[in-house]
Parts: sequence; structure tokens; C-alpha cells
Amino acid sequence: MKILVPVKRVIDYNVKPRVKADGTGVDLANVKMSMNPFDEIAVEEALRIKEAGKADEVVVVSVGPAKAQETLRTALAMGADRAILIETDETVEPLAVAKLLAKVAADENPGLILLGKQAIDDDSNQTGQMLAALLGWGQATFANTVAVEGDAITVAREIDGGLQTVTIKTPAIVTTDLRLNEPRYASLPNIMKAKKKPLDVKTPGDYGVDIAPRLTTLKVTEPPVRSAGIKVADVDALVGKLKEMGVGA
Amino acid sequence: MKTLVWVEHDNAVMKDATLAVVTAASKLGEVHALVAGKGCAAVAEQVAKVAGIATVHLADDAALEHGLAENVAPLVAKLMESHDAFLAPATTTGKNIAPRVAALLDVMQISDILSVEGPKTFTRPIYAGNAIATVESSDAKLVITVRGTAFEKAATEGGSGTVEAIGGASDSGLSSFVSAEIAKSERPELTSAKIIVSGGRALGSGEKFEEVITPLADKLGAGIGASRAAVDAGYVPNDYQVGQTGKIVAPEVYVAVGISGAIQHLAGMKDSKTIIAINKDEDAPIFQVADIGLVADLFTAVPELTGKL
Repeated sequence: MKILVPVKRVIDYNVKPRVKADGTGVDLANVKMSMNPFDEIAVEEALRIKEAGKADEVVVVSVGPAKAQETLRTALAMGADRAILIETDETVEPLAVAKLLAKVAADENPGLILLGKQAIDDDSNQTGQMLAALLGWGQATFANTVAVEGDAITVAREIDGGLQTVTIKTPAIVTTDLRLNEPRYASLPNIMKAKKKPLDVKTPGDYGVDIAPRLTTLKVTEPPVRSAGIKVADVDALVGKLKEMGVGA
Repeated sequence: MKTLVWVEHDNAVMKDATLAVVTAASKLGEVHALVAGKGCAAVAEQVAKVAGIATVHLADDAALEHGLAENVAPLVAKLMESHDAFLAPATTTGKNIAPRVAALLDVMQISDILSVEGPKTFTRPIYAGNAIATVESSDAKLVITVRGTAFEKAATEGGSGTVEAIGGASDSGLSSFVSAEIAKSERPELTSAKIIVSGGRALGSGEKFEEVITPLADKLGAGIGASRAAVDAGYVPNDYQVGQTGKIVAPEVYVAVGISGAIQHLAGMKDSKTIIAINKDEDAPIFQVADIGLVADLFTAVPELTGKL
């Protein structure tokens, strides 16, 4: 079985994003970018499945600017076998990404596509589900554990009240939640080796997919700022404040 | 505009999350609802009484019992032939199903809306709530998930909707339900609790979490939450997590105990009315959003606080 892992280049999760003064978006100039944390978990899981002898190839794919090559090289350094970049400088919405990935899936014929549950920039949480719909495959979102047995994949999913376990038939889509695994770091020798691994560069046009956005962003603003609070000296003062508010009275 | 609201339920009782979605849907037009499940007629009756509901479509079928997206999405897509917008709560259920529906309809979903600005214009948080985007859809039909804390809950009485049974469900054969482990709790449910006491990594262990946080929560009649660090360390189960990737809460009072206040945690609670922070590090970022801060060792301050309330 081949595993396809889509990865996204996003603002590093430690960076506090700044809204541009003209309200057109978030300022990404000179900001540290990294692989979306959920995608690192997806790459790690794919590698573990391969290392367990249940997959023979891990292919990573990204849709984005030329610099997304760095993200793909990171995935290759973790252990992925080869990479595909669908290069575009345009904004690509989840629906368009899903359509591009559906074309890649048709070419590559993977048994499993592992995606992160959401990207930490647009916070959409859509691409995996959309891709499953377009391909007509089963989906197991927000995976906490993944067990591959033959053509069945059993996934424990993180749901609001606890965990739900489902079985899906391959080919299938799984999206990762935070606790699925602890992604490995790429070692220096592996980073060097990753530079020699194959990385194909394509364009959305190669796949005949219209990526025109369906949503227009009219403006991007700062969230409401909370007014400055106070610090109280001791527990008694805090109790007083709580009682003023009618809490715990 | 004719809207279709996804009703979240456990086949017996409608979940509160549905009510905020009804409010959001009513800003767009006539509200219809879909109750899909097995043996869920009682839920449809509850929904019919919700203020503002015109019609409740009741799809009762074994294939719908566990809300598997593969079985539910085609049913919703079919109903959308006669509706203009599909709205679901931004719960794990809604997030699982709605994008699958959107792709079947070939439309972009608008996730986790905070407000309805016009018939096709909405606001939604991006970058862990550090920016708010106003977006306008050019799609013929809308698929939306709704942030529950951003809309008032519709009244559960006073409505006079009619219930109509519909068919058309089938098992896709793509997936099957195995089991569910649902945490049983007497506490107020996190996303609807008026007061939340949340603990972080500084608690040090599950035992200490229980020993320090639980009595304070009991005293306040509060729900219990946690930071990712506390969940990852195994102090409490996953579904306690408040944050960008956990639950989004906006209670009257949020008490953060031993939580530093990482961006990802703040994303889940910074719309709380009053935030109280107890942390021994006076430079912890949590103090930048806290209305009331106490710089103190939580292991002495919290039991003392519990004792004095």
C-alpha cells in the first residue's frame, strides 16, 4: 500500500500573527514558517505504518508557493520517499486543494491518505473530509489511534464526549488529531539525504483544476482587545472580587 | 432563504449546540431542521418546539444511528436541492459532516462563523483567533459551521414546527461504527458551563489535578477544563482540552490555574466574560488577558480559595 500525505507550509505555531494595518490579511513577511503541526503528525503516522511493514511508500504533497519545497524537504528528511509540489502563489481554498489532491490520488493510487485535521492558519478543518467526498472514500477524522489490518483501518476518533472507534475500508482518508503520536525530528544525515530524494514540481493547470476562490475576504481585523485587568495581592482579595461578582457567594 | 439546520443529538435528547445554530440560521431565513439517527422521533418532537423552526425532517434509519459522515452527507446533499444553506454546529460531529456535504455540493464551506453580516457575508476567526476575517461567499448554496459561543441559544419552547418523516438513507458500506467511550460526568458540560475551572501542567499529576481543581470546581458548580499540556501529560482525558484544537468556551467566569496562556489555549477561552488567573509566574502571558490575576503558588492559594468561598 502507498500512503499519500498532504502537508502545508504555515506560520510557525509559536509566532503571534499580526494583522496588517490595511486590513487585507495577516502579515507573513519575514515571519518564521514551518510545517503545519497536524501534518507533521500525519507524516509521522505514515512512516510508522511503513516501518511496521504495512505500507511500502510514503509520498508527500503540498500545494503552495515555491518555498513550500522546504516543507516537503522536511517531510523527506523525516523519512518520506518522494514529494510532489503543486506550485502556485494564489490563495488556494480547501475545496480547491481537495480537488487537486483528488487528481494526485487518481495518479498515485494510494491505499490511504493521511492529512492533518486542520491547518493552524485558516483553521478550516475541511480538506480531508472534502477529499473523502470527492473520491467517494470512507473518512476517519480526528484520529487518536490508527490500526491498519489488511484492507481495514480501525481508528479511534477524538469526539466531544470522549472517543469513538470506527473501521473504514481502504482506500480511505484519515485526519490526525494532536495525540496520535509524537513526530520525530529529522537528523542531520537524513536532512542531507532528503536533498537527493525526488521532488516533482507541477502546477494546478497540469491537473486541469480551477482554483479560483469561492470566498472573498472583505477584510481582516484584530480581535477585540481585552481591557487591562488587575492583580490582587492575596486570596482574601480574590475571594472579595469573586463575591462582588456573585460567584461562590 | 431556506436554511437546513443539522440537529446534534444522541438519538434521545437534542444537544444544546443545536440552539445556537438555529439562531444563526434564523438570521438568514426560514429555519428547517434535520434530525437524522435511529429511534430518534423524540428528538424531532423536541426540535419542533424550538422557537423559530418551520419544519423538522426526521430521517430514522439504522444507517444513521452513529452519524457516520459517509451515510449522512448524501442525505443532506439530497435535502439541499430544496434548501439554500446548511448550518451545523462547529462540534466534532458538525466538523466531520459539513465539509463532506460541501464537497458533494461543490461549494466552499465557511467554518466556525462568529456572526452573520449579510445573506452571504460572515465573520470567522483565523490564526487561532488572532485575526477575524470577514468573508463573502460566491457559491449558490451555503455550507456553514457555527461557533456555539458566538450566538444566543434559541428558546426550547414556543415553536410549532411540523415533523415530516423522510426516507432516502442508505449504508454506504465505506465505514462502520465499532464502539464509543463517552466520559460520564455529573458536571456542567464544558461548552455550556457558566463557570469553568481549568488546570494546566503546573498541577504536576492527575492526583494533584483531582485534589486541587475538583474541590474548587465543586464549590463553584463549575465545569472542569484543561490546557493541552495537562491533557498530554495524562492528568485528564482529551475532551477536557480547551483551545484552538480542543473546545471553544466562553463562560461567565474562567478560572485558569497553573496555565501559562499559550496562543493555542487563549484561542479557546479568551471570549470568556471574566478571566481569573492563578499562576506563580508573574510574567505568564495569561496575565495579559486576565481580568483578575493572583500571583501565588497554586498548591496553597487554590485550597485556601476553596476554603474561603
